[in-house]
Amino acid sequence: MTGDPIPTGPVVKDSVIEVEDLRKSYGGCEAVRGVSFDVAEGEVLAVLGPNGAGKTTVVEILEGYRSRDSGRAQVLGVDPARGGPELRQRVGIVLQECSIERYLTVAEVVRMHSEYYRRPRPIDEVIGLVGLSEKAGSRVKSLSGGQQRRLDLALGLVGDPELLFLDEPTTGFDPSARRQAWEVVRNLCRLGLTVVLTTHYMDEAQALADRVVVMAAGRVVAEGPPESIGGRADAAARIRFRLPAGSTLSDLPLAADADAGGAALVETIEATKALHLLTGWALDRGLELEGLSVTRPSLEDVYLSLTTAPGAQAEAP
Amino acid sequence: MTAAVPLALARRVKWEQRLFWRNPAAAVFTFAFPLLFLVIFTAIYSDSAVHLPGGTVRFAQYYVPAIVSFGLISACYTNLAFTICVRREDGSLKRTRGTPLSPATYLAGMVGNVVVISLILTVLTIGLGLAFYGLRFPDRYLGLVVTIVTAAFCFSSLGMAVATVVPNQEAAPAIINFILFPLLFISGTFGQISDHSVLARIAAVFPIRPLIQEMVTVFDPFARGTGMVATHLGMLVLWGVAGVVVSLRRFRWEPRRT
Repeated sequence: MTGDPIPTGPVVKDSVIEVEDLRKSYGGCEAVRGVSFDVAEGEVLAVLGPNGAGKTTVVEILEGYRSRDSGRAQVLGVDPARGGPELRQRVGIVLQECSIERYLTVAEVVRMHSEYYRRPRPIDEVIGLVGLSEKAGSRVKSLSGGQQRRLDLALGLVGDPELLFLDEPTTGFDPSARRQAWEVVRNLCRLGLTVVLTTHYMDEAQALADRVVVMAAGRVVAEGPPESIGGRADAAARIRFRLPAGSTLSDLPLAADADAGGAALVETIEATKALHLLTGWALDRGLELEGLSVTRPSLEDVYLSLTTAPGAQAEAP
Repeated sequence: MTAAVPLALARRVKWEQRLFWRNPAAAVFTFAFPLLFLVIFTAIYSDSAVHLPGGTVRFAQYYVPAIVSFGLISACYTNLAFTICVRREDGSLKRTRGTPLSPATYLAGMVGNVVVISLILTVLTIGLGLAFYGLRFPDRYLGLVVTIVTAAFCFSSLGMAVATVVPNQEAAPAIINFILFPLLFISGTFGQISDHSVLARIAAVFPIRPLIQEMVTVFDPFARGTGMVATHLGMLVLWGVAGVVVSLRRFRWEPRRT
């Protein structure tokens, strides 16, 4: 497991983002086909989906980079298409693949960006938040990829935003850099910031988000907390073990199949009862159920089944 | 509010200056080319004379103003076109667009930066001319300032406009220089070209020749008055306006990704 979800902030207050039946086409191709969701204050929402699902388009509409064709969008109570500099004072945007002035130092870049805002956060504090204090005097070009990404985050934070957009914050990171970045994002969430992050990593959504919106082919196909999304909490559990020598599937006290690896597989919605039957059966016979495991479908399984379900396919134009 | 705009602009120019001087390659390139040409060509042609409408002058009296013009073009057009392409494709422009900084202030800061560079380069070139090449300046300060300002407007705006037709960073040096260098040659940057030649007639339609002719007139010891020629300056303004129109219609803040 990759860590607990962030503790939810203060009890749901107002909506920071409201999206209703959002639509956007590019040259006859409908990229966003009626998307609706809300984001509450202090919440961390992950927009999850494969490439081309429309998640970047939705987020860029909310960031004010794109116009929408129809539907309603409100960000901090303002239409993002008309928010202008006033809205951008209150929003931080961290884009993917965006290079920073290489010849300035970390502190200089942060100071330069702080001058764009009316009430910036203190520069040292921002650099500390993203864990770059020792690098404050170093040129940007001397930073590692992960450090540059954290500097990106600092630039998104320096205006002391109420809402932060993170576009695929750890794409291309090695595992330890990802952990560090997650730690930084978790710290931010403790500041009470509302965060919208896009990602195509299931574990990232699980590690960071209070709630997940799964998009496929321009639509929302599932929405909910990561632990229960797509009916995951109610889904059948899978009990696996190796058949004891001399036993066959038909000897077992309940219906079982052989899985692809040759182990016995029991799918059940009553895991406790099934385990009791199985272990009782084994103990009675003095057998050991080697490799015994109980699993629920991972978020990844749910995600794959959601995004490849027939309803998620793009319709022929 | 009225004081906030000049302050924001001054801060942007300060950062642009720091960025420019911190990147040694760009700074050296902008300054080295015009100054190198000045030294080499005056060494080759120091003895030759140039015929102006009022009489004959030493080569440097024509060549220093031509190099001042080249410096202005290099600082404004080349620099700006290149910087905008790079920043657009690497996402810096898009990032800036997502902050409360007004796009106009940001672009004005870039222009302010190249104007500062132009002034430094102009002072250096004229200074070298006065000190080493026997250049004479007939005290036409107004003419010189007006010409510099008009040229900075024209070539900054053309730099922005050309940046909009460059598809990506790799193509930038080729396109930007391919437009510039043939025009530099036929416009008389590296030696006078007679008004009656075919090349001069072609070049007269573009902005570089009018700038060189204007700058030479400002330094022309035989000319009368302020040295400002309406047709030359008018041509620069016209091209500048064309550049603004193209930029307004085509300017992109986001990289081209497919």
